[in-house]
Amino acid sequence: MSKLYTGAEIVFKCLEDQEVEYIFGYPGGAVLPIYDELKNHSTIKHILVRHEQGAGHAAEGYARSSGKPGVVLVTSGPGATNVVTALTDAYMDSVPLVCISGQVPTHLIGTDAFQECDTTGITRPCTKHNWLVKDIKELPKVMHEAFKVATTGRPGPVLIDIPKDIQFAKTDYTKFKKEKKLNGKIHNKFSENEINQLIDLISKAKKPVVYTGGGVINSGPQASETLKEFVRLIGFPITSTLQGLGAFPGDDNQFIGMLGMHGTYEANNAMHDCDLLINIGARFDDRITGKIDEFSPKSKKVHIDIDPSSINKIIKVDLAIVGDVNEVIKSVIKKINKKQNGLKDSNKQRISKWWEQIQKWRTKDSLGFINSDKEIKPQHAVKRLYELTKNQDTFITTEVGQHQMWAAQHYKFNKPNRWMTSGGLGTMGYGLPAAVGVQIAHPDKLVIDIAGEASVLMTMQEMSTAVQYNLPIKIFILNNQYMGMVRQWQELLHEKNYSESYSEALPDFVKLAEAYGCKGIKADNPSELDDKIQEMIDYKGPVIFDCHVDPNENCFPMIPSGKPHNQMILGPNDKEENKIIGKGKSLV
Amino acid sequence: MPSPKSAYSIPTKKGKLDTHIFVVWVDNEAGVLARVVGLFSGRGYNIESLAVAEVDATKNISRITIVTTGTPQVIDQIKLQLKKLVPVHKVADFKREDKKVIFKEMALLKIVAQKKKIEKCLKECKKFNPVVLDKTNKSVVVQITALRREIDKMSKKLKPYGLTSTSRTGAIAMTRGAQTFK
Repeated sequence: MSKLYTGAEIVFKCLEDQEVEYIFGYPGGAVLPIYDELKNHSTIKHILVRHEQGAGHAAEGYARSSGKPGVVLVTSGPGATNVVTALTDAYMDSVPLVCISGQVPTHLIGTDAFQECDTTGITRPCTKHNWLVKDIKELPKVMHEAFKVATTGRPGPVLIDIPKDIQFAKTDYTKFKKEKKLNGKIHNKFSENEINQLIDLISKAKKPVVYTGGGVINSGPQASETLKEFVRLIGFPITSTLQGLGAFPGDDNQFIGMLGMHGTYEANNAMHDCDLLINIGARFDDRITGKIDEFSPKSKKVHIDIDPSSINKIIKVDLAIVGDVNEVIKSVIKKINKKQNGLKDSNKQRISKWWEQIQKWRTKDSLGFINSDKEIKPQHAVKRLYELTKNQDTFITTEVGQHQMWAAQHYKFNKPNRWMTSGGLGTMGYGLPAAVGVQIAHPDKLVIDIAGEASVLMTMQEMSTAVQYNLPIKIFILNNQYMGMVRQWQELLHEKNYSESYSEALPDFVKLAEAYGCKGIKADNPSELDDKIQEMIDYKGPVIFDCHVDPNENCFPMIPSGKPHNQMILGPNDKEENKIIGKGKSLV
Repeated sequence: MPSPKSAYSIPTKKGKLDTHIFVVWVDNEAGVLARVVGLFSGRGYNIESLAVAEVDATKNISRITIVTTGTPQVIDQIKLQLKKLVPVHKVADFKREDKKVIFKEMALLKIVAQKKKIEKCLKECKKFNPVVLDKTNKSVVVQITALRREIDKMSKKLKPYGLTSTSRTGAIAMTRGAQTFK
């Protein structure tokens, strides 16, 4: 008879077979057998967080920066409910997470036992799939299927709920063999005909634009290389969603900036006026489309996505290609090179007028702002941070709000997996724990959380995690004492009724840093900014940087929601333009 | 209506609503119905009726039949979203007007009345394959199978004759002819 293993042992055997190196977690009564087993598995390192939400976001940061699934281990009841925000965040942004939660013993399920909750019920709408393991014999199969579901197709979070008695129960375990050919719920069956249609559209377009999203990043680093080749081959302008930044070099001339609510003037106008729109791995989110009825009215629309349910969900498209981004673009390139080699030059001539138009829009300099020598402007702070860190491979995470948009606008990303931000769910408090996870995956790289003072306070306790594991993350807080984006909306859309958006009694972040055992730096003068940023970069440990910025600065350009792309509000540099567009503003 | 100040987006005009019948083959496991129904409620889709039971005990497959209404775009989404669920094997979707598909619902009707009225009731039911399941001097329980709107009509019609209680199933569907849905 083969050797029998306990449920807890099997959990680790599966994690080992899946080549998991790190788990982010927090112990509790219902997962104690698993924690007890931890010491016997030296290849798996446990990162103890301070709150289960932090474990989830750290695993997200780990997953997004490394391309590997993030693993979370929490206890039943509050452990599981605390991780719900992170699971939902991962679900919205398609991040592969495997969350293992403890549960009360099977005979107590349904009795309102101590720390019992209906974990699979609660997490059903925020995971790709979840399992409650009631039979020890099911456990090995479920564990491996969980990894498969999380990482194949459009990635996402999954949860395995394991009752405590199952963790003690015994069964046998046969070593897992990774399937070479992935099947199941993944779709990669695009046809030759679809590729031909796309090439036909490409060769006829006069005003084309490529609009890329997080799907390119999720398709792997190779997809970004393929995308570069594709875009250079066809010569089209390319814009990106928030999640797609880094897939195409941000400082490349063909890149016309981020699009959407706080996207550039040229990107949004190109979206509006184009005659061919090629969406690669993005999902026509409402922050991107603005008013649906007036979204890109004159264009033929192509949508390349691995998730069939993304097609025609919001915007009806003329050509849908369901498949892995990398595979699809690769076959397009191959086809063009083989049959339409002349396309390269003919394309560039045909769209030269379009590029002239884009250059005109570019001269608007919509990301411009009026700098000051008395106060630090938040945009200036991000720009300086970029200039002082661009010579090394830097990973940026953010919280959610104005600082997030300024980071997206002014920090240029040249590689995928360097930019981790909560886009879909918009979770304040994401960035700090995410930075912890990123630093775990890349111990020797510079990891910076561009934060707001309101967001960062939501998960500030994870500084303690960073100190415990000696993770030199840098928390760069653009401190304007307001929930800046809320304040901005109140100013522009709610008659300056700043209802509850000002934070009184903020902590002294320098002292707070010292209390956690890390370094605190404060800057409130533009003249000292560079030196202090350099000091932060050079410091070999975690830093909280309290950068006091102009509290009244707004994030422009901006498409008020419910408006089409060509009705943007521009910044103070463009007051005249503002007046013309003022009509749109009052309508919202 | 006052103009919204910071509206998420202004809802645009709605398209025409169609009634569709979805047939979903799923693994018969704990929580699978909750997944399917939760998808509908979570995404704001409508459920008009629902019928579910295991149809293949060896393969452990249940068949869920859902009647729903939506714009063509929403119907398309429902189908694609259902297909994404892990325990879902296949999804068929039929328009209610589809002539190639048989739709049926069953109802149990309890009529409490005098003999004469009961006789009249049974006569009315004749078109809908009535089966008398229980009979006393004062009452009858009759089973009929028909379309939804026919059952609606019958319950209205039989009220004056002493219909006191109605119990009905959701619709179930089957394609006509020798072919099966793959």
